Amino acid sequence: MPYFVTGIRVVPVITLALLILPVLLGLAGVVAPAFGWHPALGGEAWTLVHWQALGNTTGLDDMIRLSLFTGLASALATFGIVALCLATFLETRAFGTIRRLLSPLLAVPHAAAAIGLAFLLTPSGLASRLVSPWLSGWSHPPDYLFPGDEAGLALTLGLTLKEIPFLLLMSLAALPQCRAGERLMMARSLGYGRINGFLKGVMPALYPLIRLPLYAIIVFATANIEVAMILGPSTPPPLAVAVVRWLGDPDLTMRFQAAAGALLQIGVTAGALLIWWLGERLVSRLGAGWLRDGHRRRGERLGRGLGTLMTWLAIGVLVAALAGLILWSLAGYWPFPDAWPAPLTLHAWQQATMGIGGPLSNTVTIGLAATGIALVLTLGCLEAETHRRRPLSAGAQLILYLPLLVPQVAFLQGLVQWQAQVGLNAGWPAVTLGHALFVLPYTFLSLAESYRRQDPRWRQVAATLGASPASVFLRIRLPMLAAPILVAGAVGFAVSIGQYLPTLLLGAGRLTTLTTEAVNLASGGDRRLTAVYALYQLALPALGFALATTLPRLWWRHRRQMLSGDAA
Amino acid sequence: MSTASLRLDEIAITHGGHPLIDVSASVAPGEILTLMGPSGVGKSTLLAHIAGFLPVGFRASGRVLLGETDLGLLPPERRRLGLLFQDPLLFPHLDVGGNLAFGMPPGGSRRQRRDEVNMALDDIGLAGFAERDPGTLSGGQRARVALMRVLLAQPHAMLLDEPFSKLDTALRDEMRRLVFERIRRDGLPTLMVTHDRADAETAGGPIIEL
Repeated sequence: MPYFVTGIRVVPVITLALLILPVLLGLAGVVAPAFGWHPALGGEAWTLVHWQALGNTTGLDDMIRLSLFTGLASALATFGIVALCLATFLETRAFGTIRRLLSPLLAVPHAAAAIGLAFLLTPSGLASRLVSPWLSGWSHPPDYLFPGDEAGLALTLGLTLKEIPFLLLMSLAALPQCRAGERLMMARSLGYGRINGFLKGVMPALYPLIRLPLYAIIVFATANIEVAMILGPSTPPPLAVAVVRWLGDPDLTMRFQAAAGALLQIGVTAGALLIWWLGERLVSRLGAGWLRDGHRRRGERLGRGLGTLMTWLAIGVLVAALAGLILWSLAGYWPFPDAWPAPLTLHAWQQATMGIGGPLSNTVTIGLAATGIALVLTLGCLEAETHRRRPLSAGAQLILYLPLLVPQVAFLQGLVQWQAQVGLNAGWPAVTLGHALFVLPYTFLSLAESYRRQDPRWRQVAATLGASPASVFLRIRLPMLAAPILVAGAVGFAVSIGQYLPTLLLGAGRLTTLTTEAVNLASGGDRRLTAVYALYQLALPALGFALATTLPRLWWRHRRQMLSGDAA
Repeated sequence: MSTASLRLDEIAITHGGHPLIDVSASVAPGEILTLMGPSGVGKSTLLAHIAGFLPVGFRASGRVLLGETDLGLLPPERRRLGLLFQDPLLFPHLDVGGNLAFGMPPGGSRRQRRDEVNMALDDIGLAGFAERDPGTLSGGQRARVALMRVLLAQPHAMLLDEPFSKLDTALRDEMRRLVFERIRRDGLPTLMVTHDRADAETAGGPIIEL
């Protein structure tokens, strides 16, 4: 069947076009209104007044400063903690435990984690209850502004905690590529301590491999919406949140200012990346001598102490935040400073059943459809590599990550401007395609290694037995890779469930999902109901991962080698 | 069965411009031509090229002919070459019967195909193994299933890539006898790559040292 090979070779082209076009169109759609051009809204002359209006916005300096600070600080903290965690625990027995604890936390949607953290740290939250009144002496909730502090520390903390599992998993995937085990063994046999050996012997090779994920973290952290709405200050908020507010303003001329703000956001994010890049240069310049100074144990104990403390603290806070959500969802009357809600009740859960049907089914159908699209394209791209006999070019791989490297608020807003201009319907299909855009990089990241590493002799054997390329793909490759494909699907589903801004903007605010509802509720006062929504939002990806890991076990329970991993 | 011979017509393989292999040969039906030589000389690359899987970075010239057919013009799945590796490579997601059925040409009712699988299993002393997980078979049993899977595809020639090197000594003799006997019975021209001189001696055919 030559059609199959011809067809499959087109998939990468389609995929790249599907990724580039929305981003470029979106950016174009935001540039024109920023300079006054948007006929549907009555803007028919090129002008700079919207930039002037943006410049006159009170607190603009603070917005920019907040975005830069929270973005860079959380990226730096994430990188530092992951580096210390790896240096302290790599190749130890505790590492397996840490890995098993952190991996599922990757699937926790940003909004749910942020809500959990907010409920933990707020003045009447679990943390202050646990130390009151016996330690703190508080019999009423203390009067501090956290989360939502002006400096953005709570926001930085939330972003850091949520990005640690992501960067750790990216690093774990990269470690074998740079032969970290051998490097570490070599360094230690030369007398280097664990920390020094890792930082001097492994990190220089590991860093280039995790640079792209780190850039994605910086882009996300400087421009995220939902975490900032829940944990960040509100007057003024970080720039991206302000832009979304302007977009939702009943005064339609504010849309022009929002477009200008989106371009400014791109500038701010690019500035953050530039600062980080300069930092990289500086460190590699200053570090060159340090790498060769021959000191083997300097700062060893401090490093190990910090690594241990930070790792367990991060896990502890995340787990406590999630546990707190469960308590809040079951709480009836829960006066401060009690650490345990006295009568547990299902009232909030019952209350939630009334309105949750619509958001729940939207979340699930959009998640499944977006994941399906992303998986088909991912598999098509990877199978095309087999037939072109070379992997995607570096440029093409970069394009795969494009949606993660451009601030969401910038190009999604442009797409919305196009919707208005062309008269396209906002709704389920637009939101689903929007989600697929952000799901695709993750399904690709998750599946590429196992797909490329599969022993080529399997398909050679099948081909010499007379199987056509299509038949080899369907009867050999797909079933043998069923387990990693399902995991990639679970990752994609989790990413889709976590999406806030694409749902909000492409659905024109009319399409509600668990995430949009949870974020809306979080700004209201009902902690119990918010907790229930956050838990639903968290349970779906968990269910996805549970299915992805148990289904193959059931399916292949009579196929020993499929379970031992010989197939991959 | 097949009566065509397999001819390598001035095959030359290069890697990054360096010549690796230069060979011309003709293998008659039922004859086993052994290629011997140190590792890295490109023996397995030659077999891969004949089967249609020349790895990236290698270039080959010359023609591979089966009878009058130029195999270079056909995709791997239409060359009808039976390829045996040192690993049996039974598909782990299929049962033993499924592996054999994968090799069989399409056609026939479900029942006919099942009967054919059972007969084939009987033939290699594994009657009743159709529903077994290949993961539970012994090394010798797997090797026999792999051989039978190739034969059921009705190949016109065989390519053996160190097929016995991973078996222990007793099993090796038994498998050699079985494989060579089938090759002669079906009249298949065969190319074998090996390190083991005993393989070449048992095969009884011409030997090319690379």
